Amino acid sequence: MSAIPVTNEKAPDHRLVKSTDRVFYAGMVILGGSYIVFIIAMLVADAYFISHSDQDIASVLFSEDIQYSIRFSLLSCCITTVLAIWVSVPIAYLMSRHKFFGQSLIDAILDIPIVLPPLVIGLSLLILFRHTPIKILDDAFPIALHKPAVVIAQFSVACAFAVRTLRSTFDEIPLRREQVALTLGCSRSQAFWNVVMPEARRGLLTAATLAWARSLGEFGPILIFAGTTPQRTEVLPVSVHLQNAAGNLDAAVAVSLMMVVIALTVLILFRVVVGGNLTPKLSR
Amino acid sequence: MIETAKLTIRAGDFCLADVNVRIPAGVYCVLMGKTGSGKTTLLEAICGLKQIVAGKILIDDRDVTHLKPADRGIGFVPQEGSLFETMSVRRHLEFALMVRKWTRKQRTERVEELASMLEIAHLLDRRPHGLSGGERQRVALGRALSFRPKILCLDEPLSALDDETHEHLVGLLKRIQHDTGVTALHVTHNRHEAEALADLQLRVVDGVVKVHGEPATGSKKAESGPQIARFKQ
Repeated sequence: MSAIPVTNEKAPDHRLVKSTDRVFYAGMVILGGSYIVFIIAMLVADAYFISHSDQDIASVLFSEDIQYSIRFSLLSCCITTVLAIWVSVPIAYLMSRHKFFGQSLIDAILDIPIVLPPLVIGLSLLILFRHTPIKILDDAFPIALHKPAVVIAQFSVACAFAVRTLRSTFDEIPLRREQVALTLGCSRSQAFWNVVMPEARRGLLTAATLAWARSLGEFGPILIFAGTTPQRTEVLPVSVHLQNAAGNLDAAVAVSLMMVVIALTVLILFRVVVGGNLTPKLSR
Repeated sequence: MIETAKLTIRAGDFCLADVNVRIPAGVYCVLMGKTGSGKTTLLEAICGLKQIVAGKILIDDRDVTHLKPADRGIGFVPQEGSLFETMSVRRHLEFALMVRKWTRKQRTERVEELASMLEIAHLLDRRPHGLSGGERQRVALGRALSFRPKILCLDEPLSALDDETHEHLVGLLKRIQHDTGVTALHVTHNRHEAEALADLQLRVVDGVVKVHGEPATGSKKAESGPQIARFKQ
């Protein structure tokens, strides 16, 4: 029987490994947690500021203008989300499943709304709607500086974010599954609706959430393209701007906090109702 | 019967040219070869998943070269199953039948038949997540056989299984092929698997596909005829 060769290699020091693991996780938690604490600190500061205000905050929040702003914000965000998902699904699917000439260029074009400053998007929209042939449409059905402009301004940015999210989603769904569906008798459309879309459900939820949240916070393009007319194109970020511009900082902060509450409520509800729960599953 | 005549397939920079293969009806054919030799590409072309540059593919003397995968009537079992993660096992087995608008009664009967044949009756209400490798492959096999195809194409279906499960599924595949009389084209690089399953072995050697063994004597439905294939790279 041959002897087991003796090596000079030492076994790992388990205590050292354990303490290194602790340092690793402590570093991760401190670095990651500091950002979360930073966000919470901002909100706490806002809440503290409001609690020490002399102004009647309730009367501001329940004023007709702010109530209109809340309703219009929720409505416009929902319309924008539906439009963004409707348009981004085919773009993301085609970009994910096909390789074609000029794809990199189209990919870059899709990033423009993300990269451009919001004010530039607003200006570009305004200029677009003042030139033929879009101007003819605008003359027949007033869009610029009217309610539809809010949705278009929100859509122009939110859709780009939805496309990015859905592109990753479709990339992660193996093409093989779709091919199997084709051999089982499906048309392309049947394979898409019966196999791809159910598997993209979580990605769709994420894209919709992102589009909705992005729309709620949109301000720059709305300011330029839709204007800031109370009870017409006033959404919550515009309300904050108007209150702040009027020197009413207390009311501006109160509306901001209300936006946070609305956003959190809707996003959590969305995850619970559509996503099933709040605890994400580990990736397979 | 599967037949290719001067078939040329292109997949990116890779090209198979002038491929002539004839697999008689009712035969279990195993196609072997090294990784990257073009086995899967040929299988995909027969299933209609790869574009044909030139030549013909005939299934039971019917030219299917330009038919869509859905119209070829070929059951396909990919590597590692490729199950639909949102569907139950029952839904997998009746998916092709729903597409073909079978009645609920017909679907239920067929699902029960398949579940019994593949020993997966206890899995019918489960989803793929959590199924073992062997269970996944049996579901994939049931899904492919559900609509009673005359041709079954399997792309390394047993490659990721442990020895015991592998052996069990080899027996199951052989029994199912015998019972259904389906013509099987099975791609693998496992010699033992090939020897256990094949009535006919095709082997890719230096870009040429050669017949490795004669059809087994036990294959009643096997027809005589040349099985020749040439791969060019």
